[in-house]
Amino acid sequence: MTGTTLPAALVEIREEFTALEVRDRLQLLLEFSNELPDLPARFADHPDLLERVVECQSPVYLFVEVVDGRVHLHATAPREAPTTRGFASILAQGLDGLTVDEVLDAVPDDYPQTIGLTEAVSPLRIRGMTALLARAKRQIRDRIATA
Amino acid sequence: MVVEHDTSARFSDYAHPERLVSTDWLAAHLGSPGLVVVESDEDVLLYETGHIPGAVKIDWHLDLNDPVRRDYIDGEGFARLMSSKGIGRDTTIVVYGDKNNWWAAYALWVFSLFGHDDVRLLDGGRAAWEAEGREYTTDSPEPETSDYPVVERDDTVIRAYKDDVLEHLGKPLIDVRSPEEYSGERTTAPAYPDEGALRAGHIPSAANVPWGKAAAEDGRFRPVAELDAIYRDGAGLETGDEVVAYCRIGERSSHTWFVLHHLMGFENVRNYDGSWTEWGSAVRVPIVQGSEPGEVPAR
Repeated sequence: MTGTTLPAALVEIREEFTALEVRDRLQLLLEFSNELPDLPARFADHPDLLERVVECQSPVYLFVEVVDGRVHLHATAPREAPTTRGFASILAQGLDGLTVDEVLDAVPDDYPQTIGLTEAVSPLRIRGMTALLARAKRQIRDRIATA
Repeated sequence: MVVEHDTSARFSDYAHPERLVSTDWLAAHLGSPGLVVVESDEDVLLYETGHIPGAVKIDWHLDLNDPVRRDYIDGEGFARLMSSKGIGRDTTIVVYGDKNNWWAAYALWVFSLFGHDDVRLLDGGRAAWEAEGREYTTDSPEPETSDYPVVERDDTVIRAYKDDVLEHLGKPLIDVRSPEEYSGERTTAPAYPDEGALRAGHIPSAANVPWGKAAAEDGRFRPVAELDAIYRDGAGLETGDEVVAYCRIGERSSHTWFVLHHLMGFENVRNYDGSWTEWGSAVRVPIVQGSEPGEVPAR
């Protein structure tokens, strides 16, 4: 931790998961998975803009937008990969609307390991979500570097 | 109390046709006494999105692996697991899953370590069931617990440890990973997490046959003639060969183990589950890079 406070949306997600019995956490992850929005049309027509997250076992692509200093994460993963969709959805909801500095400074890289999912889905699978977060942060750095 | 076998002509050329059932067969036998259907997937949530009615879920991470040591559960753990799923020692198990039955084959291989006699795969797995528009449910069964005996794992016949592989060098090895993993091409880039092994490449002399080649486009296993073309003509295997298959952590190679042993009839096939994550980090084991198999080093 950098001493800054974890953004409220991410705190809330963590509390939602850890309040549940381990096996019920999978159901919550499934809810997140079902909530992952379709890609905005401007990305659906431009698959070249999306970055493949190769560390995930299933094909997942993401794109981070920075609009007026606020972060928006877009991601897509097939229906056959609900776990990966769930991970992407957690980050899409948790990071949406945060400032660049909040994401880069206040969201620890190991956030995925702290929300009670390692027991529910296994530590190995959580690596996929850690990779998603790492790539999202790297894309943000790229965007502000070229802005 | 063996549930009748699927005698489809499509399976008759395989060495052990009794190890496969078709979607038609399974649809007709759902609910039969003595039959338990098990779903085992790469994606831990897929079962929750919908599964074959009555199927129970077994997850390789959470159910089959020892949570502390890098090993499988022991005899007591296996008995507890089977019992909780309503599986008895003489139950007919049909396993199916995603990704061409990749993890289903892995579960079948682990069940075989414990000598569970009658365990079969649903040919084509989830994809075939789904493509045919067959029924799914989100209702989770609550099986009555069964009495499963404590049987210790036998690692000597179908499992290879690293030292066994060193001893095996000179006999056929099949590396079932992708060509890029096999050649040791760099697959990671700066700021990207690494792949879990310290060195890249393959075990000297191993032939590279990516596991998915054994499946046709619809996810079902290829017929024997096509498997022969891949593994005998392509990878040089001959009748009577002792073979070790490996991948990254032993999951994809259990699919190949199933193909070589149960479909093609190779009697002596072992799966090296330590695979590249062990070999590629072990001290002073020989490694070859590039797309050629390379030579076995002199001992």
